[in-house]
Amino acid sequence: MSTVAGSFPGGLVLNGHKKRSTETPIRKTPLSKKLILPLQQHIGAESIPIVSVGDKVLKGQKIAKADGHVSVYLHAPSSGTISAIDEQPIPHPSGLSALCITIETDGLDTWIEHHPIADYTQLSEHDIRQHVREAGIVGLGGAGFPSFIKLNPGVHHHVETLIINGVECEPYITCDDMLMRERADGILDGIEIINFALRVKHCVIAIEDNKPKAISTMELALAARPELIDTTIMAVPTRYPAGSEKQLIQVVTGKQVPSHGLPIDIGIVCHNVGTAYAIGRAIKHGEPLISRIVTVTGTDVKHAGNFETLFGTPMHELLAFCETTREPNAPFILGGPMMGYNLSGDNLPVTKTANCILVGVDAAAPAEKPLPCIRCGECATACPASLLPQQLYWYARDKDLEKTRQYNLFDCIECGCCSYVCPSKIPLVHYFRFAKTETMNQQLEAAKSDQARIRHENRLARQELEQQEKEERQRQRKLALAASQAAKQKQEQAAQSPSDGSES
Amino acid sequence: MPLRSRLSSPFLSGMNRVTLLMAQLLLALIPAIIALVYFFGPGVLINIVLAVVVALATEALMLKLRQRPIKPFLTDGSAIVTAVLLAIALPPLAPWWLTTIGILFAIIFAKHLYGGLGYNPFNPAMAAYVLLLISFPLEMTTWLPISALSDAPIDFNSAFQMIFQGQLTTAVDSVSGATPLDAMKTEIGLLHVPSQVIQQPLFGHVGGKGWEWVNIWFAIGGLALLYRRVISWHIPVAMLSGLLAISLITWLLAPETTASPLFHLLSGGTMLGAFFIATDPVTAATTVKGRLVFGVGVGLLTYIIRVWGGYPDGIAFAIIVMNMLVPLIDYYTQPRVYGAVK
Repeated sequence: MSTVAGSFPGGLVLNGHKKRSTETPIRKTPLSKKLILPLQQHIGAESIPIVSVGDKVLKGQKIAKADGHVSVYLHAPSSGTISAIDEQPIPHPSGLSALCITIETDGLDTWIEHHPIADYTQLSEHDIRQHVREAGIVGLGGAGFPSFIKLNPGVHHHVETLIINGVECEPYITCDDMLMRERADGILDGIEIINFALRVKHCVIAIEDNKPKAISTMELALAARPELIDTTIMAVPTRYPAGSEKQLIQVVTGKQVPSHGLPIDIGIVCHNVGTAYAIGRAIKHGEPLISRIVTVTGTDVKHAGNFETLFGTPMHELLAFCETTREPNAPFILGGPMMGYNLSGDNLPVTKTANCILVGVDAAAPAEKPLPCIRCGECATACPASLLPQQLYWYARDKDLEKTRQYNLFDCIECGCCSYVCPSKIPLVHYFRFAKTETMNQQLEAAKSDQARIRHENRLARQELEQQEKEERQRQRKLALAASQAAKQKQEQAAQSPSDGSES
Repeated sequence: MPLRSRLSSPFLSGMNRVTLLMAQLLLALIPAIIALVYFFGPGVLINIVLAVVVALATEALMLKLRQRPIKPFLTDGSAIVTAVLLAIALPPLAPWWLTTIGILFAIIFAKHLYGGLGYNPFNPAMAAYVLLLISFPLEMTTWLPISALSDAPIDFNSAFQMIFQGQLTTAVDSVSGATPLDAMKTEIGLLHVPSQVIQQPLFGHVGGKGWEWVNIWFAIGGLALLYRRVISWHIPVAMLSGLLAISLITWLLAPETTASPLFHLLSGGTMLGAFFIATDPVTAATTVKGRLVFGVGVGLLTYIIRVWGGYPDGIAFAIIVMNMLVPLIDYYTQPRVYGAVK
């Protein structure tokens, strides 16, 4: 057990609401007849389908390949037939549709052949990254960043500390907690591999101290592995958002990641416990990432718990399995109550980043009209990034985007602490998201117009060049013509001169 | 952006409410109000009721004129807080029209013409207090001697008559008097030594008789607010430290001509200002460092105005002046953002 090295500014002590969903062990969600797999379940470029409609696929078979560097592979979560490759509604706050591969499952759940690697130490770091990429592994904490990239520190960096994030600070969510309680060994498998791939000096498994069972299970499992001598467990004080990467780094190491920088800049890499587990399964068992553990809980859920769910399983089937009092198509929250988002469709699939489905919360934010800001400054006190949410709010409201940037809008992690404490119930984060999107749109527009301008200038230059060339050619032709005419004249003169000569 | 319902996260919300904050503030004032009634008679209660009624009526009228929803703003408690703070600051037998003018000015000019709750740069109660002090200096500085010193303590009926009809059943002489702060200033002006001045019957152990207790009860109410986290410690601590520092320095340098630091801490509106008025979030600085600067500024200016200015107490002026500096203070005291290079 190692001790906490620092603490981050602000933050909140929230009621965890974690008990209900941790009273039963992880259960398997029944196999759905239809699995809908969005081609983009990660940050980066959409994967490219490598199957066609009508193809038979086996469980674990690749169905889409990575497109470019920041992208991963996608696999069939169960055996069956590809029934469609088309646009389907995806779990997105704006209710967007996107390209999805739909599989009609055959109910047999037949696996492809596994290729487990008995001794990963025989692999090169590059091979490990390739395996992780081909297994479709992305950050399972919620962001979905392709994990193989975070297994590559680059030539200029070395990794001092690997932090395995088992903090799970948001209320209600317990999927990491249950994973640590039930599959501690599998997580350690993954940690060994990550340690090896990153040549880590030491590794800290950070767990919030409201999860004593997870901590004790992980300690026991760790004690049984003498090879993990440089790996320790740290009980992190329960304070939201301790699980946020930058805040966790400060708690664990006492250091701050530079603004606009990455953890690797100070020699730190963070991976989620779920990701570590997936990496272990991929290398040691040859299983690609085709399922995850989803917490289903909330006041309207009858059988709250954690469910190992195949990707593509429609969320309403999972909710039906847990029995909720929710009306069909009524909204629910994907993710936690502080950072998740409202969804209302029924046919939305569970994806790689779906950590929690929340139906009904206690102490829900009121829908009443907010009062004016009374400048109490509670938001600034609560902000874990030391921002001034109140000033940001004024400028975002005025659409003074330049000022919001000056007040470091883009350092906002959207944790929701400011909105939570606001006595006037102003939805501050909503304004910040708005200002961020507006700024990004403006930058996009500016980039586009820059591109158009450059294109236009290039075109003008090209035209001018063509004109010059044309003129040059004309001049050359004229010269040639003049020359040929002169030659002709000379010839003619030469032809005439003998007669002249004879005459003279 | 129309925001009828919570469309995006966070979906949770804390217990913090504007109305709740205001209610706790009013509750914390109760001990000091009881002390005021005990020492200066029931006039202060009549003033409070009158001020609250006028304030609520004016607030409703202004909201209607400004076409704002009346119910959520009338029930937010801010108008009541302004009314009670002004009523407490006024002399206990202030005529009804003085209170009424003050409240009208506070609610109409200092609050709503600037945009209502949250938008006013000056503390409405203090702006009104300053207006009244400049316009009606006589009425504003006529205080009662505390009941214990008066041969005929003021009862409810005579207070009522005095406030609404401007006349009294008892002799007028017994009701007019200067505050201890005022008296101290006059005496020092007459080259009397403060340590002897304080022996006069108007004074108590360290401050004015009665006044020191009122201040202590304001401080206790303020500590309750700190404990309940309705206010943060920065402004009260900074203001009292500022006042203590400057009064201690001058007292050590010239004990013959300056009152003791304790006298300043427990006289006039020191504790009311430190815990209930300078902490008004709308008009104070908002950053942590800014609040310290703001508080120290109020403390220093209070002393400067009390001792070298033309008015007996300087709290109201000090707060108004510092209110003006808030945008500047906030701008230069922004916190270092997480990860920013030092």
